[in-house]
Amino acid sequence: MSTTTATATSPKYWGGGRSPFNVEYGKVMMWYFLMSDAFTFGAFLIAYGTTRFSANGWPNPNEVFQSYPGGTHAPLVFVSIMTFILIISSVTMVLAVQAGHNMNRRGVVINLVLTILGGLAFLSCQAWEWTHLFHEGAWWGRNPFPNSNGSLGHQDFTNFFFTITGFHGFHVFSGVVINVVMLIMTLSGVFDKRGHYLMIEKAGLYWHFVDLVWVFVFTCFYLI
Amino acid sequence: MEQHTTYTDITHDDSHGGGKKEIWKVTIILSVLTVVELALGFWMMDMQDDSLEKHVVKGVIVILMLAKAFYIVGYFMHLKHEIRNFIMTVVVPMGLFVWFIIAFLSDGNSFKNLRNEYNKEYVRRTTQPSPLVKTEESEKKEEKKGGQE
Repeated sequence: MSTTTATATSPKYWGGGRSPFNVEYGKVMMWYFLMSDAFTFGAFLIAYGTTRFSANGWPNPNEVFQSYPGGTHAPLVFVSIMTFILIISSVTMVLAVQAGHNMNRRGVVINLVLTILGGLAFLSCQAWEWTHLFHEGAWWGRNPFPNSNGSLGHQDFTNFFFTITGFHGFHVFSGVVINVVMLIMTLSGVFDKRGHYLMIEKAGLYWHFVDLVWVFVFTCFYLI
Repeated sequence: MEQHTTYTDITHDDSHGGGKKEIWKVTIILSVLTVVELALGFWMMDMQDDSLEKHVVKGVIVILMLAKAFYIVGYFMHLKHEIRNFIMTVVVPMGLFVWFIIAFLSDGNSFKNLRNEYNKEYVRRTTQPSPLVKTEESEKKEEKKGGQE
């Protein structure tokens, strides 16, 4: 039945009585919210890019971000661990959404717990990194790292770093909170009573968006 | 009544794509892309700043980044399996970024050129090693420079 409606000719989508996008209202709105959020992050990253393009010198990320708990001189190592944590937590979120599709409460709970743990692990890594940089003298308005050409470090390097990773970290944090709420709702049987797990899908969209933003932040700050 | 059936259509619509197989395929693709990005990042470290090859590698990394974004949005966020009209309402506004990026980055570049041309003190301050920079780092710099010459 569902396949016949999904493959109906396009004018019928707009004939009334059904969702023209074949997507639930809340999900459409989540997409549009994420779109606006993408523009916010885009504005941040483009401001960063513009400043970098206008600068004669810029600190070398491989020298700034070369520490991990218990050691140093290992550029890209710690941040690649953070990246993989986020990718894996995105995968467990997809699995949770899929379990929700199949009305499999146990599967949703297990995968949501794993996703939350991934989010917390990422936040812990970020907290460590921020603390470490802070103890090296970096903060908003303070940049101890010289430019790669040896001149005095560009002030906006740390400003952009803490603002953008902070904004992203805040998204991760709110994503974890949303997932915890989803977990509580799942455990108390709200979705089973409702007859569907669509709420998990919306939380999932948000969580994937957090992962998506990290792909850009990771590339722009640590790699390039 | 008609409305009721369409609502259940949406909530129980499993016609569009997915499956565990696809999830694992995309996971592997994302991991491989990340590993390639990291390999390029390590390879790029020894290259000289502002050399052509470094810029080329950075360009490749940006392309890989966009590929990762495509897989996350398309498969994890399921956008690829939505109706075309809906995909367009999300993707078309993103086209603004093409203009944003070109306009703002070229503006930054132009600002750099103007300052470098008219403010010689700024050029001196931002291109020459600063005496305020920590000795450990400047030593490292000197070693690197010595190696290149």
